Amino acid sequence: MSVRRVMGTETEFGISVQGQSTANPMVASSQVVNAYASSTLRARRARWDFEEESPLRDARGFDMSREVADASQLTDEDLGLANVILTNGARLYVDHAHPEYSTPECTNPRDVVKWDKAGELVMLDAARLAGAVPGAPPILLYKNNTDNKGASYGAHENYLMRRSTPFGEIVRHLTPFFVSRQVVTGAGRVGIGQDGRDHGFQVSQRADYFEVEVGLETTLKRPIINTRDEPHADPDKYRRLHVIIGDANLSEISTYLKVGTTALVLAMIEDRFISRDLTVDQPVRSLRAVSHDPSLKHLLTMTDGRTLTAVQLQMEYLDLARKYVEDRLGSDADDQTRDVLARWESVLSRLETDPMLCAQELDWVAKLKLLESYRERDGLDWEHPKLQLIDLQYSDIRPDRGLYHRLVRMGRIDRLLHDDEVVHAMHRPPVDTRAYFRGRCLEQYADQIAAASWDSVIFDLPGHESLQRVPTIDPLRGTKAHVGELLDRCDTAERLFAALTR
Amino acid sequence: MARDGGQQHKQPKKSSETEEATEVAPQEDVAERKEQLDEDIDAILDEIDDVLETNAEDFVKSFIQKGGE
Repeated sequence: MSVRRVMGTETEFGISVQGQSTANPMVASSQVVNAYASSTLRARRARWDFEEESPLRDARGFDMSREVADASQLTDEDLGLANVILTNGARLYVDHAHPEYSTPECTNPRDVVKWDKAGELVMLDAARLAGAVPGAPPILLYKNNTDNKGASYGAHENYLMRRSTPFGEIVRHLTPFFVSRQVVTGAGRVGIGQDGRDHGFQVSQRADYFEVEVGLETTLKRPIINTRDEPHADPDKYRRLHVIIGDANLSEISTYLKVGTTALVLAMIEDRFISRDLTVDQPVRSLRAVSHDPSLKHLLTMTDGRTLTAVQLQMEYLDLARKYVEDRLGSDADDQTRDVLARWESVLSRLETDPMLCAQELDWVAKLKLLESYRERDGLDWEHPKLQLIDLQYSDIRPDRGLYHRLVRMGRIDRLLHDDEVVHAMHRPPVDTRAYFRGRCLEQYADQIAAASWDSVIFDLPGHESLQRVPTIDPLRGTKAHVGELLDRCDTAERLFAALTR
Repeated sequence: MARDGGQQHKQPKKSSETEEATEVAPQEDVAERKEQLDEDIDAILDEIDDVLETNAEDFVKSFIQKGGE
């Protein structure tokens, strides 16, 4: 009924070893993750527990056979790559050729932003630590989604949803939303086409890499709606919608609106509130056409015969969401839900007037404004390498070199959070999901934890021959309210385990 | 390389005196505001210039990633 929901983000960072363009990215990624793990995690390192992972389970109700799956889809086999759980409940690991940070489970958009930004600081520390090894060259990390040479890597979102919602309804109502939401959530890109062969600026980092409407793959034939179905919760009650279409955002407000507006649309889908047919003709082509027109004038053809800009289509969703919140919650709507609605409306109305009016809030507009200023001052064509460099360096996570960070420091981009709460979130979990239990166990009992995952913590306790698995199947249990006092009281893992199994 | 590599800075804007002489008051305000804005942008670009990686072409070329996800 609101923006509240169990959700999180999973971000793969671009990686390069300074002065060594041929360096093995898997090795470099492992060095980054291992450097952080060695320096911050005390004693024994908890392994990731793969028991509940099923990356080949399809939300449409079947399993893909391992034989037909591409090797890149097999993420559940422990390849020996670095993979650790942090005391904030997050997962830090190597996925294919990138270091990846998955936030702990959060319950609201603001918390997602906080633990997402904490992930940037974790990666910043990790890269610095890896580069501090004597003789090691500096490793640079980028929160972006493409090298502009044909490769793309993801910034995924996940949303817990009711299993009872038919998947077809999700596809129907979410596809037009995803085709159009990039006008708010895009990170901006210099280069058109997967390998950037055409010159120009586009709204989204990812649009050119999407080729089908619905599918299980994430590394090839990327679909607008991804059907991976790993609920990490009771599968009879929940599915976990895996959203792969988003850009990695630096701007806190971009991430906030990305997650907040999507959560609202999912709530409307679950409650069967959307009665309008907002289906867009040719969604894959439309997705790209919207991205390729930063003036935001491109007209989408709707199956009902209307033509709308992406901003106008977003306004249709906003209008529905306003009515929905008013109908279900009225004056009881929580502050964040109201704030998301107000900011969404404000951003859309300014995008409609002149997109540049959103340069203080949205990544793609901030980036475009900077690029246009350079073009004007230096008389640069879109193919000039300096503009590509600005695109890339916008996402450099180092505060002294990253252009996003410089713009924030110059007061050119607004923030939502304070530095101290982001730093706090590097080490502390959210208090209102099972991430609280996981994070505090890692903090207090690192020596006795053999492995952990989203839905379990596995203890290796003295006096027990086998490992003891504590399932955390319900994402909303194991909160501070449930176990805070218990964890305060139990100074050893044995005491905790005894209390839990009594 | 830029397609029309010889492209140079835009023509300098008319001096403010000329504008003052030829334009009515409200537009003069707009011109002043624009001037202020231009100065702000110049300051921003100067600061960004200081942190941009040198040799943009090589730097961008050497940024090669493998696909992910």
